[in-house]
Amino acid sequence: MSNTPLDLRSAVLDQIVPAGEPWMGTVERGQILRIVDLEGNQAVDTLFYNAHATEERYSAVDTIRAQGNIYLTTGTELRSSLGATMLTIIEDTCGRHDTLGGACSAESNTVRYALEKRHMHACRDNFLLALARYDHALTKRDLPSNINFFMNVPVTPAGELHFADGVSAAGRYVQLQAQMDVLVLISNCPQLNNPCNAYNPTPIRLLIWAAG
Amino acid sequence: MPLQAESSKVVSNLSGAELWAETLSPGEHWSGVLRRGTSLRLTALEARANVAAMLYNYESLGERYNMADTLKAQHTAFLTAQCACYSDMGRILCSITADTCGWHDTICGLSDAAMVESHYGRTRFQEQRNEFYKNGRDSMLNELGKYGLGKRDLIANINFFSRVTVDERGALQFDEQHCRAGAYVDLRFEMHTLLVLATCPHPLDPAREYRPRRVALRAWVSGPAPQDDPCRQRCEENGRGFRNTEMMFLP
Repeated sequence: MSNTPLDLRSAVLDQIVPAGEPWMGTVERGQILRIVDLEGNQAVDTLFYNAHATEERYSAVDTIRAQGNIYLTTGTELRSSLGATMLTIIEDTCGRHDTLGGACSAESNTVRYALEKRHMHACRDNFLLALARYDHALTKRDLPSNINFFMNVPVTPAGELHFADGVSAAGRYVQLQAQMDVLVLISNCPQLNNPCNAYNPTPIRLLIWAAG
Repeated sequence: MPLQAESSKVVSNLSGAELWAETLSPGEHWSGVLRRGTSLRLTALEARANVAAMLYNYESLGERYNMADTLKAQHTAFLTAQCACYSDMGRILCSITADTCGWHDTICGLSDAAMVESHYGRTRFQEQRNEFYKNGRDSMLNELGKYGLGKRDLIANINFFSRVTVDERGALQFDEQHCRAGAYVDLRFEMHTLLVLATCPHPLDPAREYRPRRVALRAWVSGPAPQDDPCRQRCEENGRGFRNTEMMFLP
């Protein structure tokens, strides 16, 4: 890992993902992915798959157990369902990311908030549509527990789980280096019912740099 | 003997007709179908048991236990009595009607072959016969394969009888004293459920000796949750989760 700031002009991808939309793409081994929280307190629901064998995918519980800690930050190795390191978080100006809270869905919104919330756009609808468009036979079976970049879900020593105000701010970012070729699936969370994104979903910026 | 945890609650009604009973050998993996309205008691026959569990809607295997939805609906990072185990579809696979243990982990996952070999040593069937060391992930894949499921269906599991706490900075701590001999947990199934179990040690259990424990299973007819059910009434979220589930079983 280099301490030299990456030159934004040399990125091989530089894309804005509007609030509430999915994004899917590939990051090759050695490449660096930066996710920028442009306006602050956005939740970026994210999954990773081995690009060559998608039955191997990000595993929240393997990641938590391997590092002995529930929060993701610089140094965290994102583990697969088969125990491999998929990506490493190499820089994090936010400080803490969640992997227990999962993705919102129309169905879970009926449970968490009210039956009348079913119509609202949700991350798992984004995931499902992106997988359907991708057309490689990925389905709901392929949606395990995800990462929520920039989201703050503290757990107390007594085992209570809270959805707290975000700890992120405009311009903060997380940077990951791929340890294998990975398929990235993002839902830029459209949730309007909880404080994870200050009730105000906002755009994010994705940048990818070639392997150094 | 340590006092029972304060959060333990015993609310099960064991009066229904017993359907079957089995004892799992140490390290055994198991799977079976539990119909709506049946209950299953898992009993740790020895202290320090661990039972990893994955649950699927038997009528539609793509619907399965969802750790995140379960935890966030109930604002908890662990499972105990009155908790519901949610699927990814806003429905309840099973609810926990009794628990003398007080805490069941669902955030630490399974052991795998590499972890078991590095922690406990290498074994093979050829020398150890059925005493060879099993691991959580391979045990699950073994059972999942019997239903046409596989790696894509490995989900964040429950670890019954294991307690792992989180400190202020997020660090995990495995509680070696948590599970006592005779501890039990009762699961009432709210939909027809494929239940897959593995009895390997918890992946964070620091004991150097590989010694999975015996676990008893006992199933009985309990009927579905009544309107005044404590699991249903635990929080408004669970009321809606039961409503969503019951919609599938209307005439």
